[in-house]
Amino acid sequence: MTPGQKTPNTPLWEVFIRSRNGLAHKHVGSLHAADATLALQAARDLYTRRGEGLSIWIVPSGAIIASDPADKGMMFEPTVSKVYRHPTFYDVPDEVGHM
Amino acid sequence: MYTQGLHTPDSPGATGAGETPELDARFQERIDREDRIEPNDWMPAAYRKTLTRQIAQHAHSEIIGMLPEGNWITRAPSLRRKAILLAKVQDEAGHGLYLYAAAETLGKSREEMFDELLTSKAKYSSIFNYPTLTWADIGAIGWLVDGAAIMNQIPLCRCSYGPYARAMIRICKEESFHQRQGFEIMLTLCRGTPEQKAMAQDALDRWYWPCLMMFGPPDSDSTHSDQSTKWKIKRFSNDELRQKFVDALVPQAQYLGLTLPDPDLRFEETSEPSPGGAPAGHWRHGPIDWEEFRRILAGNGPCNRERIASRQRAHREGAWVREAAAAYAAKQAERKLAA
Repeated sequence: MTPGQKTPNTPLWEVFIRSRNGLAHKHVGSLHAADATLALQAARDLYTRRGEGLSIWIVPSGAIIASDPADKGMMFEPTVSKVYRHPTFYDVPDEVGHM
Repeated sequence: MYTQGLHTPDSPGATGAGETPELDARFQERIDREDRIEPNDWMPAAYRKTLTRQIAQHAHSEIIGMLPEGNWITRAPSLRRKAILLAKVQDEAGHGLYLYAAAETLGKSREEMFDELLTSKAKYSSIFNYPTLTWADIGAIGWLVDGAAIMNQIPLCRCSYGPYARAMIRICKEESFHQRQGFEIMLTLCRGTPEQKAMAQDALDRWYWPCLMMFGPPDSDSTHSDQSTKWKIKRFSNDELRQKFVDALVPQAQYLGLTLPDPDLRFEETSEPSPGGAPAGHWRHGPIDWEEFRRILAGNGPCNRERIASRQRAHREGAWVREAAAAYAAKQAERKLAA
């Protein structure tokens, strides 16, 4: 392939790593690979060079359903006003002790 | 740094389709509040373009940066040094890939960026166009080049664009090993035979000035970092970062017993309060040869052609692997459909 000639795009994958037993998988980044097997190998090389994980999930980026940033207000604003959902909303007298 | 403020900004007044002063003002408010901008958020076209170019240049620099160091992998003086150098070069590849991924979130494909690098449409840091002539150069690169890179990259961890900032956090964590291993190589050489120490001094002589150029043109020349500063892509000016680097460098060189090749270097006391009672102030470097810098950026440094030719060759020779992987993936997908 000569430079300047477009290389065909390879699929994009999202990488999730579980760092320790008991913790959840966490998104760490993305990568390109032709298929799932290669994506898993590339994720190992790219995201776990320093013992970052015990388990890797690979997800095709196109499979992710995301909320629209434009809907941020509608989606999340209502919870901000519901302060009574937090324990600090309630007054418990000091004499009662830790609750 | 690895981008050197080479990104000539798009004329500040230029607006993209659908841009209004109200949208711009709201965007600037978000920046001023220290909100992070995420890929699907609205952003001015010039912000997108500036960042895409800067992140891509940064990624290209990491990839090209593998070449001068890769030159010494087979000739590292011990198995320990060889394993370390391999790990470091592998990190640089990783850094390039994190950054390409960040740039892609702005809408440019990985393949497009590769093509721009291979056809020299895109730039990368001037520093990687110098040759690595001796083993001491590997020490000098880690100590000086990576040291300069860290100076620049730490503020980028707070860049207004979320994916870039996150990539930089990861990179900075890994980068500190690079600088320390470089300093260790220099220290070993400086404590060795007179010939070894001379080799370390020679490497410092050749890398000092190019490293100062890594921070980009002086603030007095730089007409366009204002917009990047306003958008909080850039947190410190080129000269501020260069000064921080020199201030950190001088005591390290003194510890090694090496001389910085800068006859005009002098300590300038300031009235700033200093914690340890030591005289407060800054080490001021001598004049930088900006002609050399411009020559290299124009493609006429000692290794420009070789670097691009190496990347082109690697890309060409890897073509069959990419094609085979794509063909195999397509075949497997077909079989799955048929089953």
